[in-house]
Amino acid sequence: MTGTAATEIRQQVAQRGRPVYQLRNVTKSYGLGKIKALDPVSVDLREGSFSSVIGPSGCGKSTLLKVMAGLTPPTSGSVVLEGDPVMGPRREIGMMFQQATLFPWLTALENVMLPITIRDGKHAAKSQQDDARELLDLVGLSGFENVYPRQLSGGMAQRAAICRMLITRPEVLLLDEPFSALDELVRDFMNMELQRICTARNATAMLITHSIPEAVFLSDTVYIMSPRPGRLTEEIRIDLPRPRNLDMMTSPEFALYVRYIRSKLDEGAQV
Amino acid sequence: MTDATSSIPQRLGQPVEITDETFDETVWTEEVTFIDRIPRSIAMIGLFAIFLFIWQMVHAFAIVSPIILPSPDEVGADIVKVGKNLMSGGYMLDAFWITTKEVLIGFFFAIAIGFSLGVLVGETTFGERAVLPYLVAIDTMPKVAFAPLFLAWLGFGIASKVALAAFIATFPIVVGTAAGLYAADENARMLFRSLGASRWQTLFRMKIPAGLPHIFTGLKIGAVGVMAGAITAEFLGGGKGFGELIRVAASQLQTPRVFSLIIYLSLLGFALFWTVVWVERRLVFWHQSSVTGIGDR
Repeated sequence: MTGTAATEIRQQVAQRGRPVYQLRNVTKSYGLGKIKALDPVSVDLREGSFSSVIGPSGCGKSTLLKVMAGLTPPTSGSVVLEGDPVMGPRREIGMMFQQATLFPWLTALENVMLPITIRDGKHAAKSQQDDARELLDLVGLSGFENVYPRQLSGGMAQRAAICRMLITRPEVLLLDEPFSALDELVRDFMNMELQRICTARNATAMLITHSIPEAVFLSDTVYIMSPRPGRLTEEIRIDLPRPRNLDMMTSPEFALYVRYIRSKLDEGAQV
Repeated sequence: MTDATSSIPQRLGQPVEITDETFDETVWTEEVTFIDRIPRSIAMIGLFAIFLFIWQMVHAFAIVSPIILPSPDEVGADIVKVGKNLMSGGYMLDAFWITTKEVLIGFFFAIAIGFSLGVLVGETTFGERAVLPYLVAIDTMPKVAFAPLFLAWLGFGIASKVALAAFIATFPIVVGTAAGLYAADENARMLFRSLGASRWQTLFRMKIPAGLPHIFTGLKIGAVGVMAGAITAEFLGGGKGFGELIRVAASQLQTPRVFSLIIYLSLLGFALFWTVVWVERRLVFWHQSSVTGIGDR
């Protein structure tokens, strides 16, 4: 009995730090090598961790995310997800973009079920309708199932997009400035939601953002990226207790992280 | 959370007062003009009445010869006459039916060919690189000039009229469809790719629906063109259609008849155009432009 408990614990401990995503010397250049978008990037994302990449516009953050998502092949290097090389879009991955990208001819519910409709067909989607309703309920959109996107506010649309990302139960979330088009109040709320979802599902997440407070608030690790070519220059562990709340954003520790990261980004900008 | 909340003071600022006071000279409010108050239908009828009045005046003072411009009441009388012939199933109804057939069959072919070519151009590299330049080249030609060719190839029957009608209406549909397939934004494409959607799924579940507003713009231009094509072909190639009736009436200087025939012919064009708009409103209910034309919005 004690023996099995011990192995269980050992397994859990071993699993906690298990690298889910492994990038080794990933580079990307365009125009037959003329324009370097990414210098060699090597990163491990551990299970259940939340990482952010922060850097100036056009520094290659989105390129990195696209390579990780299997949307575009790297010029060299390898990307491994759950032990298998990424050679195209993968089912384990859920993605979110700056725009909600809901399709206006589908209702909120149909939009949420779209990934299943595409992957497994209409029949499968129908059988998971209850899941979709539950998700919408979870983000406070119950009663909006049959509403078309143009009747939703920006925040509501982005919440529906979260549901669409979660409906396939992805183990990895790749987030490309998902809330940057939202106003500050909604954004704070969405970040709380995102933290709650990631914790509840033990999802591994990678966020690309321009907002330093957002990066600090959500992340276990913040990576600073320098532009042209994009390179991860520094890795900052955020040692703030979880679950985090909005009041922490005014704490001195939080402010210190923000100030430090800002100074690092300013340094990069002057080069 | 509760700890932190309790440390926030009850009130830091002070309430903002509301007064009734205004500065007289600075009052500036929205103006509603007289035209704004008139309902649309009344405005339309009013404009038409003014138009008829001017027309009648031009006739009454004999500014223009009555052979060139008949009076409104002459035209009105002839509209009733032609209407009776149409109602009673006379020779005019047969002509009307022939033109309707030409237009409908022509439009059907234009949609089928235009949509297929549009997908070819918008979706495949081959279409864009190899086919598109030829389409652009043909599109810049005056298409009516092909009418004699169609007559020579297909004879004086209905087929040559259908051909010209379809020929003219095809191009806007090709352009609309191709433009529509380009309309989907980069995020939508990325989302579909990230979901591992096949090319077929991407086309039918995203690109075509997203392009419907453009496609319908093409269809509406095509619906106008198909009428022009059918009537032009009838003018040039005879036959038994409505265009032939107009041509004959004009050659006999029956100007009121020409006017009334044109009005009945425009009903056909009107019906076709608004059928397209009706379908568009059902399918593209989610888009702003689906309420084009005389808006009820």
